[in-house]
Amino acid sequence: MKVYLKVWRQRNAQDPGRFVDYTVDGINPDMSFLEMLDVLNNRLISQGEDPIAFDSDCREGICGTCGLYINGRPHGPLPRATTCQVHMRHFKDGETIVIEPWRAKAFPVIKDLVVDRSAFDRIIQAGGYISVNTGQAPDGNAIPIPKEDASKAFDAATCIGCGACVAACKNASAMLFVAAKVAHLGRLPQGRIEARERVLNMLSQMEKEGFGGCTNTGACEAECPKGISLENIAFLNREFIKAKISF
Amino acid sequence: MTLYSISDKKLDGKCPTGPIEKRWTQHKASLRLVSPANKRRLDVIVVGTGLAGSSAAASLAELGYNVKVFCYQDSARRAHSIAAQGGINAAKNYMNDGDSVFRLFYDTVKGGDYRARESNVYRLAEVSANIIDQCVAQGVPFAREYGGYLDNRSFGGVQVSRTFYAKGQTGQQLLLGAYQALMRQVARGQAVLYSSHEMLDLVVIDGKARGIIARNLITGELERHGAHAVVLCTGGYGNVFFLSTNAKNSNATAIWRAHRRGAFFGNPCFTQIHPTCIPVSGDYQSKLTLMSESLRNDGRIWVPKKKDDPRKPTEIPEEERDYYLERRYPAFGNLVPRDVASRAAKERCDAGYGVGPSKMAVYLDFSDAIKRMGRAAIEAKYGNLFEIYQLITDENPYETPMRIYPAVHYTMGGLWVDYNLMSTIPGLFVCGEANFSDHGANRLGASALMQGLADGYFVLPYTIGDYLADDIRTPKIDTRHEAFEEAEKSVNERIEKLLSVRGKTPVDVLHRKLGLTMWDYCGMSRNAEGLKKALQIIDDLEDEFWKDVAVPGTGKEWNRELEKAGRVADFFELARLMCLDALHREESCGGHFREEYQTEDGEALRRDDLFSYVAAWEYTGHRQPPVLHKEDLIFEYCKPTVRSYK
Repeated sequence: MKVYLKVWRQRNAQDPGRFVDYTVDGINPDMSFLEMLDVLNNRLISQGEDPIAFDSDCREGICGTCGLYINGRPHGPLPRATTCQVHMRHFKDGETIVIEPWRAKAFPVIKDLVVDRSAFDRIIQAGGYISVNTGQAPDGNAIPIPKEDASKAFDAATCIGCGACVAACKNASAMLFVAAKVAHLGRLPQGRIEARERVLNMLSQMEKEGFGGCTNTGACEAECPKGISLENIAFLNREFIKAKISF
Repeated sequence: MTLYSISDKKLDGKCPTGPIEKRWTQHKASLRLVSPANKRRLDVIVVGTGLAGSSAAASLAELGYNVKVFCYQDSARRAHSIAAQGGINAAKNYMNDGDSVFRLFYDTVKGGDYRARESNVYRLAEVSANIIDQCVAQGVPFAREYGGYLDNRSFGGVQVSRTFYAKGQTGQQLLLGAYQALMRQVARGQAVLYSSHEMLDLVVIDGKARGIIARNLITGELERHGAHAVVLCTGGYGNVFFLSTNAKNSNATAIWRAHRRGAFFGNPCFTQIHPTCIPVSGDYQSKLTLMSESLRNDGRIWVPKKKDDPRKPTEIPEEERDYYLERRYPAFGNLVPRDVASRAAKERCDAGYGVGPSKMAVYLDFSDAIKRMGRAAIEAKYGNLFEIYQLITDENPYETPMRIYPAVHYTMGGLWVDYNLMSTIPGLFVCGEANFSDHGANRLGASALMQGLADGYFVLPYTIGDYLADDIRTPKIDTRHEAFEEAEKSVNERIEKLLSVRGKTPVDVLHRKLGLTMWDYCGMSRNAEGLKKALQIIDDLEDEFWKDVAVPGTGKEWNRELEKAGRVADFFELARLMCLDALHREESCGGHFREEYQTEDGEALRRDDLFSYVAAWEYTGHRQPPVLHKEDLIFEYCKPTVRSYK
């Protein structure tokens, strides 16, 4: 098959950037989307041209490194999949595909399709952990946890930190990312002890980083490759109110 | 030309003696301590933020050392431990099924085909229970039973259920626990994080590891970082094969550069080919995806009894299927160790019974399990794995069997370390997959996560103090020292050399050729003739690389092709050592199967009288014959026998 690409090219953060057209043919529908870009890049390299900068690592949907805005959707057309899990069989022969980076003030572009997401690390540093030193832990079975709580905590904890929620949000809010961590830890008895500080500090860091506020449009949930639920934002809101009224 | 020379001095792993169950306790009591006031004056560099790196960096910072931690990823949370699926072993005996520290130790030594150190493996089994406790306290959401207690499942090569898990995302959950512990230390200022930084050389001053040269991958700047000790937790080198289950950017540069600076490389030919991966589908393929070993708890592996059977798998009746693992290994069935399962799949496919378009695949079938437990139960246990399979292959594994084939997954070999996890360069410690220590010639499933976290949480924090106790009066390492000057200069020259070739062939193309050569001659089975041929091909490919590689752009910007070129240049050198090690080890053991040494029914034939040792290789120069140092392996508790799973 053959596709026409419109790819965002931007030398660095200062460069205003522009779309550049490429035609890629001889594509096998079983290729992954990123393998299609590999083929194009190797062609550009052989011709002495600058390859398109994009990032990826595990290529199995778990590390959260890849993230392209494809035809107006984070991670492309497939629900519950990262960019690296999208295959060319999900596109039509002859289709025009527009590829952009995540666009958010808090995620400045490094080059072409690669953005700086270190803001997420700083949000976790603000409180996305349980304060336990190595060696302090009691026996693993000393704190039984209801299966349902453990399972909801797990669902929240499957966030891969890719930033699709931010890219999908009209406010470029990181609320789903923050909520997933607040809910993961807050639903477990070990995490209750620091619950109040956690929600306040993580939200304040989110603001400082330049992410927008949440207006509950639900775009984040719709585009999250791991299906992180809006329920977590409701949980975060409860935690926030509790934190504000309890001393 | 002689390929290598042999040192007549035996290498000493410095393992404690005495009753095995007391060795680690007594050793810990004899290790020297560093006072809190002195820890504040000591700097430690940790390279890599997978399970070993994050856990080591967090634990060392908690102790009060000044930690600098480096990763090439844009966030520490993305290290490839994140992709580990099935689980983590621990001798908790929560299942009341007869497990114990000794049994985990025994299973691991036997699973490694008697090529690991008893003392190390016993310590690993001993601290395994603490790991689970630590992770639970951090909030790792392990699977639980309805009563609220932790659940376990079974993995290959064992007859108890000792594997803790979080669906098929155990590695992700364990890594996030360690990452969060590390982020807490970064917030406290006790650890400084350098993400998007790649270590390109080790700095050795007066024979001691004193720092690294790192490249900022965003700006391209080279940076000097000094420390009193350096800890490498940079994972394995499976990407030598190009196609593997490793992340695309996983590489061997840190350990290879340390090897060139004097660290011996242990058992480089011991690689693990994992039996259950999604098969190769085309020549554009960039990586292979694992289907967790946990699937073998409920899935049954088979091929048609008839060669080139054209029927769909669901149309082949029960009596015309060959459940070859259950047939050959009735005691362990589908849960034989990985090396055994992989070779058996290869044997069936080579004999013409393979399935799928390439005929290089076997079926992993869940229809019996779905009948037995219902679809919902299978979905709860393996849901995300089934989803991954369907995304890649466009086939529904609830309705038709999965097609699987072995793929490169893990490397048991790595930098040689002593019992204290210190390499042959004083002050250079190596943890996790990057070292060679605990898995012998074959790693059992769910043991990699255990080893990474054991090293980082519970071993290194004790042993590094013993080394640093001598350094409490050493001031901050001055990065203006001529050793830093020299190392930075050599890194710079190499980058310039890569950029100046200006050839026509992309890095990937040459890497793929190297990978194919290694897969053909140094993969699931090896022989002397093939290995010699591979050595020649590697030389030729390396020549071609330096004559014709195309690296665009400059060194002073984000340049992924330049990063890749540097890593592949190191892979050529490492590939040569892997083939040489495989050629020298004239026996079959674990994942190292030499066709010349097999039993009548095709099982691996160990030669304990000749090869019961660790092969630790010393670098002597590019394409120069390395020196082989032997560390004898002594078995006092697990007497080597023929490893039988029948």
